[in-house]
Amino acid sequence: MNKTASINGKRIQSERVRLIKRYRVLLLMMVPAMAYYAIFHYAPMYGVLLAFKDYKLTEGIVGSPWAGLKHFETVFSDSYFYTILENTLVISLYKLVFGFPIPIMFALLMSEIVSAKYKKLVQTVSYLPHFMSWVVLGGIFFTVFSLEGPVNSIVKLLGGDPVLFLADDRYFRSILVATSIYQGFGWGSIIYFAAITNIDPQLHEAAIMDGAGRFQRMIRISIPMLAPVIAIMLILSMSGILDAGFDQIFNMYNVKVYRVADIIDTYVYRKGLLEMNYSYATAVGLFKSAVALVLIVVVNQVVKRLGGRDHALW
Amino acid sequence: MINVKKSRGDRVVDVVLYAAMAVVMIITVYPFWTQVVISLDGGGAGGAAYASGMILWPKELTLASYKLAFDFAELWTGYGNTILRTVVGVLLAVFFTALTSYPLAKRDLPFNGVFTGIILFTMLFGGGLIPTYLLIKELNMINTLWALVIPGMIGAFNVLIMRNFFRGIPEEIEESARVDGAGYAMIFFRIVLPLSKPVLATIALWVGVGHWNAWFDAMIYVNDPGKQVLQVILRKIVIQNDMSDINNVINSIGKATAFSGRQLQATVIMFSIIPMLVVYPFIQKYFVKGVMIGAIKG
Repeated sequence: MNKTASINGKRIQSERVRLIKRYRVLLLMMVPAMAYYAIFHYAPMYGVLLAFKDYKLTEGIVGSPWAGLKHFETVFSDSYFYTILENTLVISLYKLVFGFPIPIMFALLMSEIVSAKYKKLVQTVSYLPHFMSWVVLGGIFFTVFSLEGPVNSIVKLLGGDPVLFLADDRYFRSILVATSIYQGFGWGSIIYFAAITNIDPQLHEAAIMDGAGRFQRMIRISIPMLAPVIAIMLILSMSGILDAGFDQIFNMYNVKVYRVADIIDTYVYRKGLLEMNYSYATAVGLFKSAVALVLIVVVNQVVKRLGGRDHALW
Repeated sequence: MINVKKSRGDRVVDVVLYAAMAVVMIITVYPFWTQVVISLDGGGAGGAAYASGMILWPKELTLASYKLAFDFAELWTGYGNTILRTVVGVLLAVFFTALTSYPLAKRDLPFNGVFTGIILFTMLFGGGLIPTYLLIKELNMINTLWALVIPGMIGAFNVLIMRNFFRGIPEEIEESARVDGAGYAMIFFRIVLPLSKPVLATIALWVGVGHWNAWFDAMIYVNDPGKQVLQVILRKIVIQNDMSDINNVINSIGKATAFSGRQLQATVIMFSIIPMLVVYPFIQKYFVKGVMIGAIKG
């Protein structure tokens, strides 16, 4: 038994050496990438140690003295931290609940359109907002939601008083969700649309022969066939639940709406880069990254248990 | 597909559907349209159409605001810097992503799993804003082009897409080149890359649009106004409402016509999105194709 194992071991070893020799140029090709990942992705991971140290500019990250969990204690005892945590979760959840179904419905409706040309036109137009940055979109929405702008004109027409929506903490979150849907509904529908067109037409033919109407076919065929795609997109959305849309919020928010719209990332930016409170901000950021990691692993496991390995990410 | 005679009910649904989609298109385009109108509107210091509420049509057509923008030097340096970062960024990203993905396409590459694991893990966890910022500072990359084009150079998702594409290239092609004595470097450059134009183009477009629209990295890493990219200059005017630079231009040229803040902002917005709008219809189909390939395979 042992002899065979060591012979096999040697065989595997020499096989690997043979492959290394054969592929040595390819392995060389991996060097730039590995250096890149080491420096720009893994070194910053090491940098999260900042959260456990008192950063001294002159000492750098390595030389600064340890502070243990001090900064985390500060973070968790700060009541404002819970405000931003709540905002992050609530805004993400609103965006999920209202925003997740829309690309799916849009894709389903689009697939019912007969004219290929019209379909193309609608799709092309719908992708447009996705290609604009939130600097551009933010600027445009400042006009749209301003006191004298179109939205308030409609409000006035309906007999109401104009509202400065973007400075009003009663409406700001709704605007975030609505504009976020505006930017993403078209682009988000691509994946669902691709899945729908991949559905075996024989399924539909059989249903038609059984007398099923369009709506019935949508509910009984299209949606169930979309389930795997929906599951994966849902997992990905859940893993992003602590993101809440920094680009959008950072460009559209202002001091008046911090209470409802300040999220983890905007807070880390202000505390860290503006106030230069590096250790504190890193602690908050590390909290977020760690929770997000745990979340995606857990959600993936859950989906595996519920739906079988095919639906999960790994 | 068997031909089904459409019932009256079906046809009504069709009409409603078409109408609904038309409404969707109008709602999508309208916000951009407001900027077009305001930037072109002359009636009363660019304010008339805007003040009337429902911004539908300019009261008076005028290009005065655009002429002013032409004289606004910062806009042009912004354009230059954006084009520079986009071109350099795309070249670096496409080349190094391909260089990384090709070896990984060989399933029997030693340590393939380790490499892939290292790359994929970065999709799950990262250092965060502060450590990354301090690293860039430490490396003396602040205020350089490199801070904008290197940090995001080899994206894990793009690596997956390219790798899967390379795996689709028939082995016989490479095998026959190997038999002829070609090394892997030559196979990569002379055979694989030319055959990979679709995926290279897709990644190039994705990275390109990303760079064109990027603003946050430039905002935190670039201090020199002469090196700043268009999006950040736009942001100063449109988000931060900082008109000081534009006002300087207006004063130095001695333009008598008064411009409303809104009109200037709308014009600057138009300036920055017109290139994208022009290019968009042509490139969007590559994007869509790319997403579909990526989604189905990945």
